[in-house]
Amino acid sequence: MKGMSIIVKKVSQLIAGIIFLYGIYIVLHGHLTPGGGFAGGAILAGAFILIVLAFGTDIIHLKHDEERASLFEGLGLLAFILLAILGFIIGIKVFFNNYLPKGQLGELVSAGLIPLYNIAVGIEVCAALFTIFLALVIYKEEISK
Amino acid sequence: MYKLIPLPVILPLVAAFLIAIVGKRFKRLAKILSVLVFLSTAVLSYWYMVAGNQETMLYKIGGWEPINDIPIGVYMLLDPFSGFMLCIINTIALLSTVYSVNYITKFTGVNYFYTLLSIMVAGLNGVVLAGDLFNLYVFLEITVISSYALVAFGTDKEELEASLKYQVLGGIATSLILFSIGMIYWYTKTLNMMDITRVLHASGDVKLIQFCQLMLIAGFGLKAAIMPFHGWLPDAHSSAPSPISAMLSGVVIKAAGLYVIFRLFFNMFELNFEISVLITAIGTLSMVVGVFLAIGQWDLKRLLAYHSISQMGYVIIGVGMGMIILSRQGSLAAASLAITGGLFHLVNHAVFKGLLFLNAGAIEYRLGTRDLKKMGGLAEKMPLTAATSLGASMAISGIPPFNGFFSKLIIIIAAIQARFYILAALAVLVSIITLASFMKFQRYAFFNGKISASRVNISEVPPFMAFSMTIMALLCLALSLLLIPDLREHVLQPAVDILTGRNAYFINLLNK
Repeated sequence: MKGMSIIVKKVSQLIAGIIFLYGIYIVLHGHLTPGGGFAGGAILAGAFILIVLAFGTDIIHLKHDEERASLFEGLGLLAFILLAILGFIIGIKVFFNNYLPKGQLGELVSAGLIPLYNIAVGIEVCAALFTIFLALVIYKEEISK
Repeated sequence: MYKLIPLPVILPLVAAFLIAIVGKRFKRLAKILSVLVFLSTAVLSYWYMVAGNQETMLYKIGGWEPINDIPIGVYMLLDPFSGFMLCIINTIALLSTVYSVNYITKFTGVNYFYTLLSIMVAGLNGVVLAGDLFNLYVFLEITVISSYALVAFGTDKEELEASLKYQVLGGIATSLILFSIGMIYWYTKTLNMMDITRVLHASGDVKLIQFCQLMLIAGFGLKAAIMPFHGWLPDAHSSAPSPISAMLSGVVIKAAGLYVIFRLFFNMFELNFEISVLITAIGTLSMVVGVFLAIGQWDLKRLLAYHSISQMGYVIIGVGMGMIILSRQGSLAAASLAITGGLFHLVNHAVFKGLLFLNAGAIEYRLGTRDLKKMGGLAEKMPLTAATSLGASMAISGIPPFNGFFSKLIIIIAAIQARFYILAALAVLVSIITLASFMKFQRYAFFNGKISASRVNISEVPPFMAFSMTIMALLCLALSLLLIPDLREHVLQPAVDILTGRNAYFINLLNK
């Protein structure tokens, strides 16, 4: 896959970082404002997809990227379920128990485990959407050969 | 046991994600881990069945206690009926996984196979454990989406077409189910099944709820492949890899389709004569038409798939007769007998149809064909496959002493006792045609003359495949023992009592 013109490359270089930051903001404030793990993860994936579209890489790199993305997908899921399973051991010993201190309402660090779940979901969704995108790109590259 | 209720959902999920991450590094991890996980979930469900008195348990996820008697958290419900289904699901999953240790070497992407299979089993366990409608829907989707991918696992033209058909029809079913769940939520303001029962019981007969009931029958009927909704099943079940066909036919259409219909219409809604007659009528239709479609098939797995439709018809008429008797205030004993027959046939069908699909897989593994006309003379080359498939064929056609005979007998006796003479006659007729079509399978696959010259070198299947088939064949015989009153009262009767408890059972559950 070839890259695009210099204008597109420069603009997406400038914008991708801001999109990434905004995605992190949405994920971290999931328990306070609209959005959360899924929405933020989708925005994070948008930043990656923009870079790949603007710059383009060869197919070997794409396959390498896909492997790493699906690794992070699994890690995000595993982190989520391990956080939930820890509820079996800590506190009142129930699955999905929110065992961390709840904190002050409206603070960034509050609501116990919910922000951690959001981060895990954010990683998972970002990696999954990026993997789907890469799978489609790789398929198209292989067809065109 | 109480603390362990979520484990049948959690363990397969953890296994799936671990396999996805480190499966490439450690080649054997996928096989060992999934067998161990299904073994432990199976042991867990047997433990529930044998230990103690199978009490009903409500698990509150996250520890959210009800406020003013109104449940606010997500509940999981483990009672004898779900325990009974858990045993079937995890046993068949375990045996299919052991079988696929050898079988799956035909395919690439072994890790994906085990990941998807684990996710599917997690979804199935979730469906039977779900205590509220929305979670039931989510777990149902987990199950069917992973099965779409598994049906297309061979990635040939035929498999992809079957998977696409399955996805389109499954999508229609899903939208019907979600829409009616939405309507029920709008009317009752709650998603908890027990709470919905309480609200519906207080409000009496409502037209909206009847509309939702019809949509739920259509939606779950599509998942269970009852006759007017069966279009996807023969393609999907015949093109999936054989262990997956065994799971789809043996477990998925029961747990994701019939279990939910029975659970919702007996326990959640008020039993209603018209709906009961409708369910029994479509059950009869699939029983009769399914077998006539099956007998003309020459593709072995398609033949088995059409028989799944027909045998599901037996389960539905058994339980449906119980519904009709209960809804017109007939005798409890007659209803109980009919439902016992239905549930007994459900577990029997899971075992013998699973075994038949594994046999078909064994033949395909060695011969590379599913066409009955291209087989023949396999009895001397593959004695174990021949013997186990003979057992399964006799079980499905209702020949004593195999399990299928006894469950069909109970259904027919119940039909005669309740004066459904036509249903009894049809059940006998369908059983005879089933026997005919399995005689065709036996003759063309195993006994038809000599084996052709190009196939003199074929041998019996590898040990793990043989192991699974042997265990299932033994189960075909052993399940007849469920007829013994002591065993029946311990295994089948508690599940039947849940269903005959009707919606009073759910209402009392929340007040406890």
